[in-house]
Amino acid sequence: MGNLRVSDLSQSFAREDGSELTVLDHLAFDVEDKEFVCILGSSGCGKTTLLRMIAGLDTARNGSIVLDGEAITGTSPKIGMVFQEYSLFPWRTVIDNIAFGLEMKGMPREERYRIADRFLALVNLSQFRDSYPSELSGGMRQRVAVARALALDPVLLLMDEPFGALDAQTRNMLQQELLQIWEKTKKTVIFITHSVDEAVFLSDRIIVLTPRPGRICRIFPIELPRPRDRTSVEFARVRRDVLDLINQNCSIQ
Amino acid sequence: MNIRNQTNPHRWLGVLAIVLTLVLWEIVAIFVVNDAFILPSPPDVLSAFIGLIEKGRLILDFRASLVHFAIGLGLALAVGIPVGIAMGWSRRFDAFIDPVIEILRPIPPLAWIPFAIIWFGLTPLSAGFVIFIGSVFPIIINTYSGFRGVPRIFVEAGRMLGCTKGWNQIRFIAFPAALPSVAAGFRIACGVGWMCLVAAELFGVSNNGLGMALWFYYNLHQMDCVVVYMLLLGLTGLAVDMAFRYYMDRHFLKWRTGEVA
Repeated sequence: MGNLRVSDLSQSFAREDGSELTVLDHLAFDVEDKEFVCILGSSGCGKTTLLRMIAGLDTARNGSIVLDGEAITGTSPKIGMVFQEYSLFPWRTVIDNIAFGLEMKGMPREERYRIADRFLALVNLSQFRDSYPSELSGGMRQRVAVARALALDPVLLLMDEPFGALDAQTRNMLQQELLQIWEKTKKTVIFITHSVDEAVFLSDRIIVLTPRPGRICRIFPIELPRPRDRTSVEFARVRRDVLDLINQNCSIQ
Repeated sequence: MNIRNQTNPHRWLGVLAIVLTLVLWEIVAIFVVNDAFILPSPPDVLSAFIGLIEKGRLILDFRASLVHFAIGLGLALAVGIPVGIAMGWSRRFDAFIDPVIEILRPIPPLAWIPFAIIWFGLTPLSAGFVIFIGSVFPIIINTYSGFRGVPRIFVEAGRMLGCTKGWNQIRFIAFPAALPSVAAGFRIACGVGWMCLVAAELFGVSNNGLGMALWFYYNLHQMDCVVVYMLLLGLTGLAVDMAFRYYMDRHFLKWRTGEVA
């Protein structure tokens, strides 16, 4: 299961001059089990802050985040995360990176390699099993990061602009691969992006945030059947609708 | 991969330079100085070397020095790494211990020689202590800065994967991430320690050792033997450094190949 309920969530940070900077303002939304949700917003709107709180890395000032009936109070193996920056451990080989979480659980070596090999194959990188991250391209590193997050079999996968640093072609390829993986593993996915195109291509629903402080501007279901074709007329129409909405209602007032 | 580490095609030039230096040395010693006390020639040194080996003295001194070095560096590692880790990991411990370290650190290691002798007598431990003083600070400082420099993203990625206990975070994330810096500190410590070794032995902290023997032969005015010990000190220092680098690169820092251009 992977039902997430975010209610009345606010976050603020103390500025140096003592005033409060509100980053997120009374957010509330649900994510259903096995749903693919994109959170779309311009930079600085608090997307990453939101994701870090869902991950249990930060605590909210106000409100609650509940996963399958349990409030999130810290990191948990039920929640996997793919970071925006390269976060693979450079001193570990690809297979040892993927097996890291299993190693923390105390699983014996053979067993964890068996599982890790399966996820390595899932992201089509079996031939790089014993390479170090520095030998991989940016796209490959993020695929390994996906495999590493999935190896612990989380119910919820969080992705923080994971393809942001990649070139357009690689990014499109990885988006397709991610959807295939999602269809095979059936996780709930929350994916952060500032690209409308990416959000429309990937999601069941798009949650659009307003900039500074982040509020929910609109929740936008994408009903296009998968696989989606970026070049199709319908795709272009949906993308335009989302863009129009953002320009009219969700931009800086 | 690994192109940088491949053999430089001009490497023979280095051998040529060594040969030229020896030739120049010989010429200056024979034709310019012509006094084996002021500048012994390479053949003098070679025969002194053979003589010292035959006497069995050389191997004894060599062994004594390595024992001193091992004691000093072993202690420095045993103290320096835990202290550096604790300082790098806990701001509170850092604030607590830092003033003491900053006051002790600038004291030249050789200034500790009187107390080394008073506390430990003329024993290997005494020489080891001076080496310890010299090498412990580079190890502490580099371990500390290595731990301070661990990218937060690694710790957070670890937390997401169930690495939440402090001890595990140090062992599985911070230490490997800091290892290049720790290794660099150890290399500096080796260099400083080796210098302290000679000085400590020279001052008679121990009854044997390369530095001790060097001083002994100077007092006998056997300068060819002095040169033998000088060269041996240099070559041993070089060998220790090379062996360490080879071992570290091979077993622990493989992942860094190709990372830095």
